[in-house]
Amino acid sequence: MFDFLEGYDVLGAFWTTVQLTLLSAVGSLIWGTLLAAMRVGPVPLMRGFGTAYVNIVRNIPLTVIILFSSLGLYSTLSISLGAGDDVDTANFRLAVLGLIVYTSAFVCEAIRSGINTVPVGQAEAARAIGLSFTQVLFLVVLPQAFRAAVGPLTNVLIALTKNTTVAAAIGVAEAALLMKDMVEKEAQLLLISAIIAFGFCCLTLPTGLILGWVGKKVAVKR
Amino acid sequence: MSKSVLYDAQGPRAKQRNILYTALFVVALAALVWWVYSALDEKNQLDWALWKPYLGGGTEAYTTYIWPGLENTLKAAALAMIIALPLGAVLGIARLSDHVWVRVPAAIVVEFFRAIPVLVLMIFGLALYAQYTDVSSDDRPLYAVVTGLVLYNASVLAEIVRAGILALPKGQSEAALAIGMRKNQVMRLILLPQAVTAMLPAIVSQLVVIVKDTALGGAVLTFPELLASASTMSGYYGANTIASFTVVAVIYIVINFSLTSFASWLEGRLRRRKKSTGAVLGVQDTTDIGGAAGTGTAA
Repeated sequence: MFDFLEGYDVLGAFWTTVQLTLLSAVGSLIWGTLLAAMRVGPVPLMRGFGTAYVNIVRNIPLTVIILFSSLGLYSTLSISLGAGDDVDTANFRLAVLGLIVYTSAFVCEAIRSGINTVPVGQAEAARAIGLSFTQVLFLVVLPQAFRAAVGPLTNVLIALTKNTTVAAAIGVAEAALLMKDMVEKEAQLLLISAIIAFGFCCLTLPTGLILGWVGKKVAVKR
Repeated sequence: MSKSVLYDAQGPRAKQRNILYTALFVVALAALVWWVYSALDEKNQLDWALWKPYLGGGTEAYTTYIWPGLENTLKAAALAMIIALPLGAVLGIARLSDHVWVRVPAAIVVEFFRAIPVLVLMIFGLALYAQYTDVSSDDRPLYAVVTGLVLYNASVLAEIVRAGILALPKGQSEAALAIGMRKNQVMRLILLPQAVTAMLPAIVSQLVVIVKDTALGGAVLTFPELLASASTMSGYYGANTIASFTVVAVIYIVINFSLTSFASWLEGRLRRRKKSTGAVLGVQDTTDIGGAAGTGTAA
C-alpha cells in the first residue's frame, strides 16, 4: 500500500518545513520585538516607521513577498544572501527572509497586545523610581508582556508553520511541493493527502496544545 | 495601556536625545533607501521603459492584464466567502450543541481543517477535480482555489461564530428559555441575530485573509489572478519584474487596507452603539495570518 513512497523523501520534506519554521520563528521574533519597541517608543519617526511597516506588510499576500524575493531579489537583483550560484540554498534563504519580513508584522502586533495587558501601575511605578524608557520597557513591561503574549505568539507560530508551504511557490523542497509532485505522478490522491495532512497535524496540533498549556502556566495571574 | 504611560513628559534633555535618535534613524533609513536605489539602478530596473506601462498614462496594462487578474481574485474571494459563511455557521453552531455526537465530529472537522495549510487543501482540490470529475481544465484552478479556501475558512468562521455566540451575555439565552422558547428558537431568534452583528468586524477581516490567500492559486495552481498577471506582464513588457510586483503589491495593499479600516470602523461603531448588549468580536480576535489549531479558540 505504501510502496509508492519509496522514491520520495517524505521525512526530508517535513524536516525542511521544520527548518523553515524554526529559522523564520527566531528571526521574526527578534525583528518583531524591535518593531514593537519602536511602535511604543517616544521617537515619533520610529513610531511612524513601525506603524507603516506593519500596515503595509500585513496587507500584502505572503505569496507576493516570497515570489518577489525569488524573482525580484534573486533573478533580477542577483541578491542570493551568500548562496552564490546554488539556486536551492538561495531559494531556501530567500524563503526564510520572506517569512521573517511577513511574520514579524504579526509578532509585533502580538507583543503589542501583550504590552496592553500590563497594568498602567507597573509602568508608572517603574517611572516613579527613575527608570528610563528603555529600562521601563525591557526590565518591567516586556517581561510581563511576553508572558501574556505566549497565547497570541503561539497562534503566530502555528500560522507560520502552515505558511512555510508558500515556499513551494519558489521551489523549496518542503512538504507542499513534495505533495504536488507526488499527486501529479502517483494515482494515490487520498492516501498522499492523508499522509501530508497527518504530517501537518503532527506539527501544528502539539504546538498549539503544549504552548497553550505553557501560556496558561506562565500568564501573570491578575 | 496607552503609549505615553511608558515614558514621562519630555524635558529639554529628553527632547534633545529624541532629536539625536531621530537623526540616527533618518540616516539609517536614508542608507537603506540609497542601497535599494543603487541596487535597482545598477540592474537598470529604474529605466522609464520598464515603468511606463503603469505610470505613463496608458491604460493598456490595466485593462489587458491587471483588471482581468483582479476580477478573478475578487471572484474567487467572494465565492469562497459566500460558500464558507453558511458552512461555518452550521459547524460553529454544531460545536455548541448539547449532543456529544454532534459536538465532537464538528470539533474534529474544525480542528482538522485549521491545522492544515490552505495550499495543501488547494493542491488536493486540484487533483481531486482532475481525477474524479469532468470539470474542464480551464475551470479547475478556480474550483480548486475556492475549495481550498472554503474548507479552511469555513472552519475559521465556525470558530468566529462560536466565539460570537459565547460572547453574548448569558442572560440573553436564559431570558429566552424562561419565556418558554425551545433551544432551536433561542439559537435562531435570539442568539444568532445578535451574534451576527457582533461578528461582522471579524468576518470582514477574515475577508482580508481570503483575498491574500487567493494569491497562492496564482503562484502554484496556474489560476489567472492578480499575482499571476504580474508574471505575465513582466514577460510581456520586457522583464520589469520589480515594477510589475510593485504595482500588484500596491493594489493588494489598497484593497486589504480599505477592508481592514472598514472592519475597525465597524467595530468602533458597534462598540459605541447603545442598543446592543455590547458584545463585539473585534478585528484583533481573528489572527490575521490564519487562526490557529489546537488552541481551541479564535477569540
